[in-house]
Amino acid sequence: MTVPVDPSPALQEYAHPEKLVTTQWLADTLGSDELVVVESDEDVLLYETGHIPGAVKIDWHLDLNDPVTRDYVDGAGFAKLMDASGITRETTVVIYGDKSNWWAAYALWVFELFGHPDVRLLDGGRAAWQAEGREMTTSDDGRPAATSGYPHIEREDAPIRAYREDVLNFLGGQLVDVRSPQEFSGERTHMPDYPQEGTVRGGHIPTALSVPWGRAAAEDGRFKSREDLEAIYQGELGFETSAPVIAYCRIGERSSHTWFVLKYLLGFDSVRNYDGSWTEWGNAVRLPIAVGTEPGEVAAR
Amino acid sequence: MSDVLPEAFAEIADDFHALTGRDRLQLLLEFANGLPELPERYAEHPELLEPVPECQSPIFLATEVEGSGRDAIARLFFSAPPEAPTTRGFAAILAEALDGRTVGEVIDTPETVTGELGLAEVVSLLRLNGMAGMLARIKRQLREKAGL
Repeated sequence: MTVPVDPSPALQEYAHPEKLVTTQWLADTLGSDELVVVESDEDVLLYETGHIPGAVKIDWHLDLNDPVTRDYVDGAGFAKLMDASGITRETTVVIYGDKSNWWAAYALWVFELFGHPDVRLLDGGRAAWQAEGREMTTSDDGRPAATSGYPHIEREDAPIRAYREDVLNFLGGQLVDVRSPQEFSGERTHMPDYPQEGTVRGGHIPTALSVPWGRAAAEDGRFKSREDLEAIYQGELGFETSAPVIAYCRIGERSSHTWFVLKYLLGFDSVRNYDGSWTEWGNAVRLPIAVGTEPGEVAAR
Repeated sequence: MSDVLPEAFAEIADDFHALTGRDRLQLLLEFANGLPELPERYAEHPELLEPVPECQSPIFLATEVEGSGRDAIARLFFSAPPEAPTTRGFAAILAEALDGRTVGEVIDTPETVTGELGLAEVVSLLRLNGMAGMLARIKRQLREKAGL
């Protein structure tokens, strides 16, 4: 790692404290040549209203997605984005964003598909930085100059990304649905004449357990303590860190947050994010669903 | 391209198309910053506003008609928080284009108009669904209120 890890005591209880930084550490480290700060938000205009000095913006829809292949960008596309953002393979990247870091966690997950060696989240994200009255700017000053030569890395999906076939073969395993309870049960509240962007069917993947993603976040947007997180995932769900987990939501963004929690804060050995999520599963032909609040059964196949 | 757009949107579309990349986003931000405040009668009665779940961020809207039928005047009101500037920008575009026009003009606005403003490249098609959702709700409310 090029930039030393944040030694803050508050982070040391987590399984991989090197994956998080505090707002104070970031404030003290801004300006380092080895560091690039990335903002990634749900709202694509938030960065323009003001951002952490020197931060660059990476947008999931526009930068990380390939709408033609309905997939993430390839190695060449990612390299081009990294070069434009002033990020080399040696750069320490700290990502932050709105909504308790949903989209920041999503961007981090994509960085990891390309095996970027050192990428971390700002605990609490944009809201925590702002709440502490820290500097925000609309200026480009301090923004890293473009670099060149980021290697074309072939994306390695298998360790952290699940496809629908993987999920189909995983039913009955440690499968967690991080959407809202209403989405899980399949209740829908849309009215006639209202366009809906959602799916044909309401419900969840059979055998999935429901833990809305937000339960892992404290009110200030930071992650909950390890003890509180263990009470949810190991306690309530009975998940074991040695067994594999798959998390999903609607399009894979909220489940990236949970993926980060399970993998880096709680140290589960194998955690995958099913980014096809309900948008794919709920619409797919010949994929079974469960409706209601119970996890449901694995159908005989 | 703009000559096929309704007059209400043509000028806005021209303004966006005259800009590229980050400047186009800046213009959307200017719209967002200029979204009119809710009048008091709505600010104090949020239950009168209709939510728009197609938008990722919370936005509420209300409509009023002055008169009846297609010639009635349509009034539009929106509420969205400052941390949702994209959604505020969409609302402000609709307000500038449609507020004060006749109900007939508003309901004749083609659904495709939201895709003609040059915004897909800078905010993504998926996010534009939110703007289409607002337009659909506005049209439905106006039809009901104008007795069409």
